Amino acid sequence: MFDIPLQVLLGQITIGLVNGCFYAILSLGLALIFGLLNVINFAHGALYMLGAFGVYLAMQKLGVNYWWSLLLVPVVVGAFGALVERLLLRRLIGLDHLYGLLFTFGLALVLEGIFRDIYGSAGLPYPTPPALRGLVDLGFMRMPIYRVWIVGASLVVCFATWFLIERTRLGSYLRAGTENAKMVQALGINVPLMVTFVYALGAALAAFAGVLAAPIYQVQPLMGSNILIVTFAVVVIGGLGSTAGAIATGLALGVIEGLSKVFYPEVSSTIVFIVMALVLLVRPAGLFGREA
Amino acid sequence: MLQDLHAWYGESHILHGMTFSLQRGEVVALLGRNGSGRTTTLRAIMGLIDRREGIIRIGGKDVLHLPPHLVARLGVGYCPEERGIFASLSCEENLLLPPQQSSGGMPLEEIYSLLPNLAERRQTPGTRLSGGEQQMLAIARILRTGARLLLLDEISEGLAPVIVDRLFDLIIELKSRGYTILLVEQNKYFAGPLADRFLVVEHGDVTIQLTASELAAKAELVDRTLGV
Repeated sequence: MFDIPLQVLLGQITIGLVNGCFYAILSLGLALIFGLLNVINFAHGALYMLGAFGVYLAMQKLGVNYWWSLLLVPVVVGAFGALVERLLLRRLIGLDHLYGLLFTFGLALVLEGIFRDIYGSAGLPYPTPPALRGLVDLGFMRMPIYRVWIVGASLVVCFATWFLIERTRLGSYLRAGTENAKMVQALGINVPLMVTFVYALGAALAAFAGVLAAPIYQVQPLMGSNILIVTFAVVVIGGLGSTAGAIATGLALGVIEGLSKVFYPEVSSTIVFIVMALVLLVRPAGLFGREA
Repeated sequence: MLQDLHAWYGESHILHGMTFSLQRGEVVALLGRNGSGRTTTLRAIMGLIDRREGIIRIGGKDVLHLPPHLVARLGVGYCPEERGIFASLSCEENLLLPPQQSSGGMPLEEIYSLLPNLAERRQTPGTRLSGGEQQMLAIARILRTGARLLLLDEISEGLAPVIVDRLFDLIIELKSRGYTILLVEQNKYFAGPLADRFLVVEHGDVTIQLTASELAAKAELVDRTLGV
């Protein structure tokens, strides 16, 4: 174990942390949507992919730079999410959960199919914005500025989401709605509007992660499917019911995955699922989940 | 006011032409056995039951097709049998949850002075409160909104006698302040001295209507109907 250079170890930890940030942002949205809508949102990966294509196309077709895209793409994808909820997903309320799952799965296939048809399956490169190029010396190691930026921006967004849910009036509606939406509505709160908002928020968060991911991963139609499966595992491990828990679980699993690449690369693509199995054996409701 | 109200849970027809009305400031108790349709009546008024037919009017407005939050905004406060306290919210967050519907709601300080033990437990998570505290909280949170029509389902159920006495005093206080209250009660001794009128519900319909003064005279009939 000691023959591994510190630089390699730290390098993998930072890559893991970057992935962990994506897991955290995506799993927050998934958990929010599942909590209030009772829908396992299989379209979440496609929304992430839309974020990445959004920033790519905004640059190619409209000449919009990275910073404006970072702001506008989540808004546009969020609005798309609101439309999907209002026009389509809403019709499935009251039916078995399976219909929501099938619908979102179908939506993901349609979106991925459209982009594959137009842009092919090969990855499209997106340049790192000039201000975030180069390396930064953190004292103990040198790290690409863009990775530091991803971690910083993600933590800010995660904290803002946590604050919204745990510390605001709207957040108390969301938490209460997750427990018993009918009762919340009977107390005079416009739950249908809140449901639309939550789906839009989840979509916007996924798109934000997609924008962040564009310069380091290739922009390609299936990028969302790949990350989504791991994100589901993250949600299962963290358990539903704790916002801070979802964020911590996402980051921790990214780092664990990174470390596994150093110590035992063969297991790196399955380590998350091994952790999931172990956690489920000990705590079936997940690490931070409330026992039903 | 309800007229010829029918309601269904899935295939089962629960309310069979329920008809009655409430005057402003009146306290009316729905008496009946379990399963007679009293809880369903409250849920139907709130719009929590999908399949309904008939007429429900509140303050002259037809509400049968309104979603629950718009019914609540007409000034209807609903306290369900299971109390509906949210576990992930603190006592005070539960209390502040329902948005203010109209002016004239009870200010927070007044609620706390009326129910001092809620003030002590502000930060306690909802479900760590005792049953009595949860019940107080479930009523208190609909007072803050400015609701003038309160639908209270089995509020004395399963609570210690000392708590039931305090709830009794609370309802007396609310009555004196002019709230219109529709009580669902199993406990005749709780509802007896509180209500102006009693409606005995059987098989989803009102079969006996009594005023407070008639209740004593017809006690035997009511007891037989309720099976006590």
